[in-house]
Amino acid sequence: MTEPVAFPQDRTCPYHPPTAYDALREAHPLSRVSLFDGRNVWVVTGHGTARELLTDPRLSSDRTRPAFPMPTERFAQSRNRRVALLGLDDPAHHTQRRMLVPSFTLKRTAALRPRIQETVDRLLDAVERQGPPIELVSAFALPVPSMVICALLGVPYADHEFFEEQSRRLLRGPAAADTQDARDQLEAYFGALIDRKWKDPGDGLLDELIHEQLREGKVDREELISLATILLVAGHETTANMISLGTFTLLHHPEQLAELRAEPTLMPAAVEELLRFLSIADGLLRVATEDIEVAGATIRADEGVVFSTSVINRDAGTFPEPDALDWHRSARHHVAFGFGIHQCLGQNLARAEMEIALLSLFDRLPGLRLAVPADEIPFKAGDTIQGMLELPVTW
Amino acid sequence: MSIEIAIDKDVCIGAGQCALTAPNVFTQDDDGFSALLPGREDGGGDPLVREAARACPVGAITVSES
Repeated sequence: MTEPVAFPQDRTCPYHPPTAYDALREAHPLSRVSLFDGRNVWVVTGHGTARELLTDPRLSSDRTRPAFPMPTERFAQSRNRRVALLGLDDPAHHTQRRMLVPSFTLKRTAALRPRIQETVDRLLDAVERQGPPIELVSAFALPVPSMVICALLGVPYADHEFFEEQSRRLLRGPAAADTQDARDQLEAYFGALIDRKWKDPGDGLLDELIHEQLREGKVDREELISLATILLVAGHETTANMISLGTFTLLHHPEQLAELRAEPTLMPAAVEELLRFLSIADGLLRVATEDIEVAGATIRADEGVVFSTSVINRDAGTFPEPDALDWHRSARHHVAFGFGIHQCLGQNLARAEMEIALLSLFDRLPGLRLAVPADEIPFKAGDTIQGMLELPVTW
Repeated sequence: MSIEIAIDKDVCIGAGQCALTAPNVFTQDDDGFSALLPGREDGGGDPLVREAARACPVGAITVSES
């Protein structure tokens, strides 16, 4: 067998999987990759196998297990920290998830749409007032989800510079120690906020959790702090990247953009296809707790398993001509939000934000285009959530 | 021939994929769990019912022919 491909790697084009993953795409549906620490682990590349394994309770998400695979030195810093929700297995995970689900239903999300639209409109008013050129990540892509998640949680948006900066450090460093320190700072922030809200309740999800769960002894303070941190970070970083990278991708696909402009009802399908195509959270991690027979191979207990969503979502057996951006395909069964018990809690909120943000952006600024050549625009490294670092645009 | 739809609420994680995929058959109750719309317990002939079951991330929906 040839040397395992290193994982993760930087993308060569911000919206395609790294070219180095071509070998993984051919090694369908299961292969091996090497991690930064020299360890070799399984990588899942086939769509059917991914769905099968992501629903297998013998794969654990508990990163405090010694054999849990670490994709970066930064990620390894959190090895001994209990992480709520996405770092838990059932039944503990199920208890936390059930607490949060009522706030993220389709109905609740639909009720938030007017508020999301208002937020988007206000930000676009400011963009227009400022005039071209602007940097779209800081002026639009990041503030949209940041404002929405703040309103939902009951976190003061006035603190956004602090938590956006800490989220950036948590997910991207630059040094491995940043991750630890950023998490400490976010947790201290939420500790103080929870204490304040305990005495002086507001009307956000965090307030509800304090009064219905914390006061009743159903969660402890530490657990609630971890939950709040995850909801805030996951709630703005991911969607911001989908808006910035989605905009960049649309500007690079003028035919598909023109079609979308002519037929705005295509937007929900377009968002689904962009989720599949961009697969910004590439590299879901698990460790086997028992031997698992799958696709003619045996994953042994204590072996690490990585799911490369960018490769899985381009499985030609499920998505014909997978490298084409096509609003008319059925992208529904992509695994961009994961699959199994950990499938993204906020996915319906994210869909609503993407639909409204992208539609309104191209509607308000019909002449939108890149302000500098595409290859001069910096995008994020492969070891974090994919997206644009900056997006200079004009119109 | 009609179909029968079973939802395992102990398994459901409230992702809402069923209601998103086949909104004429599935909904979410106030706790976020999958539920069938009144009068659509037999799927109402909607071809999206099977797609909705396939979209469920935890396999909580079973569709059988009766």
